[in-house]
Amino acid sequence: MSAKFDLTDDGVVVVIGSGAGGGVLSNELAQKGIKVVCLEAGGRHLPQDYQNDEWGSFGQISWLDARTTSGDWRVAKDFSGLPSWIVKAVGGSTVHWAGASLRFQEHEFKTKTVYGNVQGANLLDWPIGLSELEPYYAKAEAKMGVTRTNGIPGLPGNNNYKVFEAGAKKLGYKQVHTGNMAINSQPRGGRPGCQQVGFCFQGCKFGAKWSSAYVDIPEGEATGNLEVRTHAHVLKIEHDKTGKVTGVLYADKDGNQHLQKARVVAVAGNSIESPRLLLNSASTMFPDGLANSSGQVGRNYMRHMTASVYASFPEPVRFWRGTTMAGIIQDEARHDPSRGFVGGYELETLALGVPFMAAFLNPGGWGREFAAAMDTYENMAGLWIVGEDMPQETNRVTLNHDVKDQYGLPAPNVHFDDHPNDTAMRNHAWRQGAALYDAVGATQTYPTPPYPSTHNLGTNRMSAKASDGVVNKWGQTHDISNLFVSDGSQFTTGAAENPTLTIVTLAIRQADYIAKEMAARTI
Amino acid sequence: METITSSKGISRRELLKRCMVVGAGLAVGTGFVAGSTAAWAMETNHVTPSEMATLIQMARDIYPHDHIGDQYYAAAVKGFDSADSKDRVAAGVDALNAAAQGQGFANYLSVPWERDRASILRGMEQSAFFQTMRGNLVTGLYNNKEVWPFFGYEGESYSKGGYINRGFDDIAWI
Repeated sequence: MSAKFDLTDDGVVVVIGSGAGGGVLSNELAQKGIKVVCLEAGGRHLPQDYQNDEWGSFGQISWLDARTTSGDWRVAKDFSGLPSWIVKAVGGSTVHWAGASLRFQEHEFKTKTVYGNVQGANLLDWPIGLSELEPYYAKAEAKMGVTRTNGIPGLPGNNNYKVFEAGAKKLGYKQVHTGNMAINSQPRGGRPGCQQVGFCFQGCKFGAKWSSAYVDIPEGEATGNLEVRTHAHVLKIEHDKTGKVTGVLYADKDGNQHLQKARVVAVAGNSIESPRLLLNSASTMFPDGLANSSGQVGRNYMRHMTASVYASFPEPVRFWRGTTMAGIIQDEARHDPSRGFVGGYELETLALGVPFMAAFLNPGGWGREFAAAMDTYENMAGLWIVGEDMPQETNRVTLNHDVKDQYGLPAPNVHFDDHPNDTAMRNHAWRQGAALYDAVGATQTYPTPPYPSTHNLGTNRMSAKASDGVVNKWGQTHDISNLFVSDGSQFTTGAAENPTLTIVTLAIRQADYIAKEMAARTI
Repeated sequence: METITSSKGISRRELLKRCMVVGAGLAVGTGFVAGSTAAWAMETNHVTPSEMATLIQMARDIYPHDHIGDQYYAAAVKGFDSADSKDRVAAGVDALNAAAQGQGFANYLSVPWERDRASILRGMEQSAFFQTMRGNLVTGLYNNKEVWPFFGYEGESYSKGGYINRGFDDIAWI
């Protein structure tokens, strides 16, 4: 049964956000007997509420608060008010994520050392390595039921995968399979196996895909140590004269403001809202925002080097049927500068329905060429490209004082320019993706630009030295010992892999640390 | 007769008598626009029937799908028949017609080749009128469940138990 804590209870850990970071941290702490108040800006939507309807679902669960964009990325032109496509609901973006759960590679924790000096890139080694995370990766994989781990079989390949796999083999790729997916390939944890519905991005109506919305949150609530407050939008984190945080001010669904006292605060609002909250919490003592002595809060915004390739064939594929991300090629994920860029990328199948294909195939496109491509929709196959992008100090989330959100607070502006390494990698991946489909008889291929960001990373980065970043290797802010960051904004660099597994892994590890430090009364 | 809005029980033959063909497949009469064979008709309340016919043609020229009938384009632009949009539509259609006249045609609807109409649209691609039309069509046309079958798209699958037993892996040619 869910707990209920008093606003004046200053013994609770307040977790802001209930997604891969916040939802998991809340549950893990609650399991250890720690009292947690989880504040979620959105409502609680569960599988019965999810919609097999792209725009309907978009309106139901997306984060649509005021945001602005700048920079040379095409998203700033095509979707100027929508830099990211993430979720505002219990479970956060684990409601709409595709389920790909890949461990980072060893060298991706040491990019400064391995990649060397890349002009214009603010590279830094993580203060942790793969070996330290491995036991926690194992816990995360077991929690999420990742296929091809823990004896769980892979998912069956759908039509889109079969085209992808055949093309991959023609190109000589070796690491091709149906992925390490946090989607049940057989019943597990009281949830059924995948029914090949499609619509993974709209929330899994069978609950076969792991989401903190219906796994970690109810598990945590069942301990009696976790209270989740929905429609609780945090406006500001407060602190005392000694510089320790003391609570958070939030608005409820009617706009009434409340102050929840806290012993520890963990911020997990995704990489746009988390730095924004720290910046909006500026005070006389911390005029540049909380935990910002390094000046790095909001900087080094990464979104992965992304793009897609769609292809038309003479015969039907019907790629919308079944798992949206149904397979992966990992051969290009290696670091091999002979390709003309540092870092690597993954190729993963992707399908969109007609409504989203029209919006994303070539945003702004029209006329006979565009319509001809849409006419082949039934015969299309598609893949998504996800690669490591370079952290740049000037790619950043700032406060836009000219645009206010519904609470009168400055909206975030998201500035992003591609680094030349990102562009070189994208061009390489576009060529490989097109070659893959050409090898199995494509009649047309379409190099498709990035969508609004689903992987938002790096804006409160982890660093060994306080001058280089915002948090230490535990996600604890360098400046304020009882203030933590628990989402993907901690990432020092982005790696080539989809980030959710690593966010969950860091949250499990962080829960151990917070429990230990609370027991030792250091926080 | 298939209608988008009621044509008040008028017979197809009667309807055809009351209108004038204005372009490929489109006809206008007093207070309505229709398919030239009267397979469908749509009343207009705020914009003129010839303005609506121009919007329908423009919609088709923006996203030309030859296997999708005009009634779906008409449905996609029907929202512009409002008190709010009336003046913007009139100005936009005037601009389209002026551009057509600049190329020696009577008006936009009388430009016979799609290539020439597309060229006129290309010339006003940055205008708010064009961008609003195009942006609205992305959902107005492609998010209409009735057009999905023309693309082979099957829409929601949960109520049918997904595709696990319905062909998620039935590709035979690869």
